[in-house]
Amino acid sequence: MSFIADPVNFIANWLTTVLTGWGASASLIQIILFVIGAGLLSLGPLLLTILLIWVERKIGGRFQDRLGPNRLGPWGIIQPIADMLKIFTKELITPTGADKVPYNLAPILAAGSVIAVWAVIPLASTVYGVNINIGAVYILAFGALGELGFIMAGLGSNNKFALLGGFRVVANLLSYEVPMILILLVPVMFSGSLGMNDIALSQTVWNVFLAPLAAIIFFITLIAENARAPFDLIEADSEIVAGFNVEYSGLKFGFFYVADFLHSVTAALVFSTLFLGGWRGPGAETYPILGFIYLVIKAAIIYFAILHIRFSIPRFRIDQMMSFNWKFLTPLSMMVLVTTALLNKLVPGDLTLVRVAVMWAANLVLWVAADQIVKRVVKKQAVPEVAQPRPLARPPQVGTNDILGG
Amino acid sequence: MIPLSWFLILAASLMFIGLFGVLTRKNLIGALMGIELMLNSVNLNLAAFWRYLHAENPEMDGLVFMALIFVVAAAETAVGLALIISAYRRRKSVDANDMDLLKG
Amino acid sequence: MTAVKLIFLMTAVVILGSAVAVVSARKIIHAALWLVLTLLGVAVMFALLESSFFAVVQVLVYIGAISILIIFAVMLSRSSFVDEGSQTHRRWWIAAIGLLVIFVAWVAVLSLWPQWSVTSTPLPATATDLATLGKQLVDPNAYLLPFELSSILLVTALVGAIFTAMERKGDQP
Repeated sequence: MSFIADPVNFIANWLTTVLTGWGASASLIQIILFVIGAGLLSLGPLLLTILLIWVERKIGGRFQDRLGPNRLGPWGIIQPIADMLKIFTKELITPTGADKVPYNLAPILAAGSVIAVWAVIPLASTVYGVNINIGAVYILAFGALGELGFIMAGLGSNNKFALLGGFRVVANLLSYEVPMILILLVPVMFSGSLGMNDIALSQTVWNVFLAPLAAIIFFITLIAENARAPFDLIEADSEIVAGFNVEYSGLKFGFFYVADFLHSVTAALVFSTLFLGGWRGPGAETYPILGFIYLVIKAAIIYFAILHIRFSIPRFRIDQMMSFNWKFLTPLSMMVLVTTALLNKLVPGDLTLVRVAVMWAANLVLWVAADQIVKRVVKKQAVPEVAQPRPLARPPQVGTNDILGG
Repeated sequence: MIPLSWFLILAASLMFIGLFGVLTRKNLIGALMGIELMLNSVNLNLAAFWRYLHAENPEMDGLVFMALIFVVAAAETAVGLALIISAYRRRKSVDANDMDLLKG
Repeated sequence: MTAVKLIFLMTAVVILGSAVAVVSARKIIHAALWLVLTLLGVAVMFALLESSFFAVVQVLVYIGAISILIIFAVMLSRSSFVDEGSQTHRRWWIAAIGLLVIFVAWVAVLSLWPQWSVTSTPLPATATDLATLGKQLVDPNAYLLPFELSSILLVTALVGAIFTAMERKGDQP
C-alpha cells in the first residue's frame, strides 16, 4: 500500500507500527487512532467552512452581478479569515429574560449535529469514520437534533421574532422530514442495507439512473431541511428579521453561521453518496484517493446546484411551502416508493439496461401524472381576475362608490 | 457485566416517576410527558429482557415489541396533543382542573 | 467497577434526575427540555444493551418527532398557562407515598425471581442483523398481524388527530 494510493490508511498503519515500537498495547493504539480520527473528522469540516464561506460569497456575487469579496488576498480569499477574527472579538450578549441553558446550548447543538453526520459518510472506499449498519437513520437522527437546536434558540431568546422562527422550524423542517424519510428508503431498498458505505458500494449503476424522480425529491427535501432559499422561511430576513438567531452575537452567532454553511456541503455529500455512487468511479477501488476526488467532484456539482437555486429563486410563502410538501411531495414520494419497490422485485437485477429503462418509464409516467394533477388543481384554485387595474393617473370619481373610478 | 436487575430497577423508577407526573401534573401536556416516560421505561424493560434472556432467540421478539411500542407512542402523542389543542381552543386552558364541564 | 458499569451508573443518574425534573419543573417548557435529556439517556441505555438501531430510532422518533411536537404544543398554549405557583395538585404527597410503597414492594417481590441478577452472555452475530428483524415483522408465521394492526392504529390515530385538531366554526368560546 503506497502513500499516494491511500494516504489515510498509510499514515494510520505507520502510526500503529511506531506506537507498537514504543510498547503501546493494541487497544490503546486503537483508542489513540480513534481519537485522532475523530478530531480530524470534526476539525476538517470546520476548516472547510472558511473556504466555503468564501466560495459562497464569491459565487453569490457573480450571480448578482457584483464582484464579491475582492480586497484581501488574491480574489479576496483571505476575507473569511478576517471575518472570523472579527467575530471572535465581538461581545457575547445575552438578552434579559433569556432562558440561559437553552439559549447557550442551541448553537452547540446546531453546529455539532452537522459535524456528527460526517462520521458516517464514506469519503473513499477505505476512509470513513464508522461504517455502522444504521448510517442512513443516523443521519436523519442528527438532523432532528439540529432542529431541536433551532427550536431551543427560538424559545430561549425571549424575543417574538425568534419565537416565530421557532414555530417555523417545526412547520418547515419537521414536515419536510416526511418525504425525506420516505425517499431515503429507495436507495436503502436498492442496496439492502442502511449503512452508508454499503449503499455506496452497491451502486454499480448509480441510483440516480434507477430512481431519477426519487433523486429530485430528495434534493428538494435536502434544500428544505437546510432551510436554504427558497425554503429559508425560518430566518426570512424580510419577514421575521433573522428568525431564531436574531438575538445571537459574536461566536454564538458564528456557530449558527458555520452550521448553515456546512449544512449545504454536508447535504451535497449525503446526496452524492446516496444517489451518485459516492466514491465510486473508475479505479476507485484500487486507488482510494481517486475515490475521494470523485466524491469531491460530485459533491461540488451538487453544492453548486444548491447555490444556483439559492441565488435565483425567490422565497416561498409559508402556505405555499406547506401545501407543496403535504399535497405534492409526500403523496408523490409515497407513489415513487411503492412503484420502485414493485419494479425492483419484478425486474431482475442482472438486466441492467432493462432495469434502467423500466425505471425511467415508470418515473416518467409518475411525473407526467403528478404534473397534470397539479396543473388542474392550480387552475381550479387560481384567483379569478375581478377587475381591470385602475389607471394610475386617473383619480376615483368623487361621490360614487365605484372604486374603479367609473 | 451489568446484572439484569440494574436495568429493571432503573426502568421501574422511570415508570413510577412517570406515573407520578401523570397523577399530579396540573398541565395536561405535563401529564402527557409522564406517559412518555412510562412508555420509555416499558421499552427499556423490553430491551433489557431481550438482551439478557432472549438474545439467542432468532425470532427477535423483544425488538419487535419495541418497534410496536414506538408506533403506539407516536399514535398516542398525536391523538393526545390533538385533544389538548382542541380543548385549549374551546376552553382557553390546558389546566386539568378547568376541564370540569361534567361536574355537577 | 468496570467502565461499562460506570457509564451505566452515570447515564442512570442523568435519566432519573432529568425524569424527576420533567415531573417537577415549574415551567412546562423546561419540563419538555428535560424530557429530551431523559430520552437521550434512554437512547444511551439502548446502545448499552447493544440494540444500536433502536438507540438511533429513539433519537429519531422520540426526540426528532414526539418531543418537538410536545414543545410545539407547549408553545401554542403558553399564553394561557401561568407558570407561577405550584404546578402539581395539592395532595401530590399521597401519590408520592403510594407509588414509593408500590415501588419498594415491586422490587422486593421481583428480587425473589431466580433470574433477577443474571448477567448477559455475548451477543450472537445473528442478533444484530436488521434484515431478520424486518423479515420477522412481515412474516405471517411471526408478527405480521401485530405489524398490520399497528399500521392501522397509526393511520387511525393520524386521521383522528387531524379531525380533532381541525379548526371549525363555533370553536371559540
